[in-house]
Amino acid sequence: MKTIEVPALARVEGEGGLYIGLKDGQAVEIRLDIYEPPRFFEGFLVDRFLQEVPDITARVCGICPVAYQMSSVIALENALGVEVSPQVHALRRLFYCGEHIESHALHIYLLQAPDLLGQPSALELAAIAPQVVKDALRLKKIGNEILKLIGGRSVHPVNACVGGWHRWPDVPPLKALLPDLRWGLEAAIEYVKWAATLPYPELEIDYEFVALHHPEQYAVIEGEVWSSKGSKLAVADFEQHYLEEHVKHSNALHGHTKAGGNYLVGPLARLNLNYGQLLPAAKEAMQQAGIELPLTNPYKSLIARAVEIVQAYQEAIQIVEAYHPDGPAHVELELKAGEGTGASEAPRGLLYHRYQIDERGRVRFARIVPPTAQNLPRIEEDLLALVPQIVEMPQEEATLIAEELVRAYDPCISCANHFLKLKIENRD
Amino acid sequence: MTLTPKISSKPKLAVYKFSSCDGCQLSLLNLEDELLDLAQAVDICYFLEATRTVKPGPYDIGLVEGSISTPHEAGRIKQVRADCKILVAIGACATAGGIQALRNSTSAEDYAKLVYPHPEYLHYLETSTSIAENVEVDLAVWGCPVNQHTTLEVITALLQGRKPNFPPSPVCIECKRNGTQCVLVAQGIPCLGPVVHGGCGALCPANGRGCYGCFGPSSAGNFDSMISILEKLERFPGEAARLLSNVNCHAPAFRKAANDLLAASAGKEAE
Repeated sequence: MKTIEVPALARVEGEGGLYIGLKDGQAVEIRLDIYEPPRFFEGFLVDRFLQEVPDITARVCGICPVAYQMSSVIALENALGVEVSPQVHALRRLFYCGEHIESHALHIYLLQAPDLLGQPSALELAAIAPQVVKDALRLKKIGNEILKLIGGRSVHPVNACVGGWHRWPDVPPLKALLPDLRWGLEAAIEYVKWAATLPYPELEIDYEFVALHHPEQYAVIEGEVWSSKGSKLAVADFEQHYLEEHVKHSNALHGHTKAGGNYLVGPLARLNLNYGQLLPAAKEAMQQAGIELPLTNPYKSLIARAVEIVQAYQEAIQIVEAYHPDGPAHVELELKAGEGTGASEAPRGLLYHRYQIDERGRVRFARIVPPTAQNLPRIEEDLLALVPQIVEMPQEEATLIAEELVRAYDPCISCANHFLKLKIENRD
Repeated sequence: MTLTPKISSKPKLAVYKFSSCDGCQLSLLNLEDELLDLAQAVDICYFLEATRTVKPGPYDIGLVEGSISTPHEAGRIKQVRADCKILVAIGACATAGGIQALRNSTSAEDYAKLVYPHPEYLHYLETSTSIAENVEVDLAVWGCPVNQHTTLEVITALLQGRKPNFPPSPVCIECKRNGTQCVLVAQGIPCLGPVVHGGCGALCPANGRGCYGCFGPSSAGNFDSMISILEKLERFPGEAARLLSNVNCHAPAFRKAANDLLAASAGKEAE
């Protein structure tokens, strides 16, 4: 195999590059380069008033602004010792259902599935599988509708605040969404079967999965940080066990465990760790499609996303049916100095925030650990595992399979900080 | 620019990303009802977030998301300009430098040190600037994020060879049209609505909070009057200046108003 270079990796969010150096048919160096410009969010959060934080952190990522808002507000509420009402919490889960639906549907149908079906994009996919793309767009649109009804708009919504919501969303439009949500649930179940039949490249990895876990519900904005290697931590202890380092080729920080190992966050980690907490429709969809756990093929994160769309639709129906706002939409805050941590499950994985605030509610320190930063070293190691399979392949095919692996992670390079350039160089 | 440029019947479209969150490009993919028709009406030649297919330029329409914040971007935007007949800046980053322009009023290096253990590994410019500060731009679509229907209107207008219709009035008028009670007058909540471009549909006041300027300064805005009102309504020191120092902090009218406010409060402290 000679040098392979793809000028830009498409269908990812952000800009980065991939370099694979080979010697005697062995990979001697693998680097995922992050070119996405640094934007210094943690820097300009300092001195802002705490209620400004969710508006600012949303701008880290246009695909998952809800995740950034939720991790911030939870961390800041913890700093103040504020507890929100069950209704506020339920509406936050509904908000997150909207984001998981829109982001997963985008990734499955517009970003990853075209690879598996040999198409350059969903637009060509629409020519050969029009119903799939039509349903996909409707599934995605309903997710965005949830976000709009709660937050005013789907990208950078405006209603979330520290302490709850600026105001309760109106009841009738949410209830009017129920027929669409019920259609979405049925469609999502069918598409789990479809997802199970797609032709995935073979690659099984012994992952350390890390995700939030809660005994009673599929953890999204609550619970402890669990690892498949057995550790169970309070969110507040996250930084003692999961570290980040700054590597030279990257504008993102790379995560690893204290013991030095790589770990995986995201839909595969969540599904493998939290199967027990799935709602019945999601479990049933898996059974009907013949999906067994553990799922340890990174390309099959698509299946986990498809299952999570079912989960999100069923939960959205439950929350909307029960939605009956009463009492204040947010807690009146009593400002005091303090420190708080917050974590939530962004579509692409665990998103951790920590803030220190002063007695006037101004941020003194901010730390954000995005999911893609945690997954970057894991992606590099998966690529290393992939090399023996692709080293004898024609260049174009090898490049595509490596590129598809990166894409399967749904890397949000804007978040991790990001133009993927793929270069496989033979150094013989 | 001429708004009836010679573009082919199926114009070639390119969508570019610079320093940004991806949200404005996403707003195109969020046109779920129109996306497939749009893909028929234009020839999508370069849109990395959506497709691996890259067709060579020149292109008829280039949509640019993001600001210029690295040496590489400062070079790349010149090539993008050369490749596109009509260049449209979309979103707060492309039209005003974005939230990352908050570094412009201070030292980018200080921020880099705060965030990264090895700031020397990074490549960045001292300032984050709009596309128009770097190359000639034919149309600007404001918003953080842009209103997806406005982006669609721009493409439609260009296809029809006419001037696009932008929301004509500030956020304040959108509230009146929606029948939203004024949060500033009725509740004393600082709100930028009178001096901000419409386009969002006045979402923040509808949710009981003040406008924080996502759609940038309205050309009709009376900033002196706005400042004198905001100063009186501050719920914590510096609140009004903070409202202006957000996603459109580098827009000249916002920058000036924020500086005026800061100077006034420094004057008061000196007294």
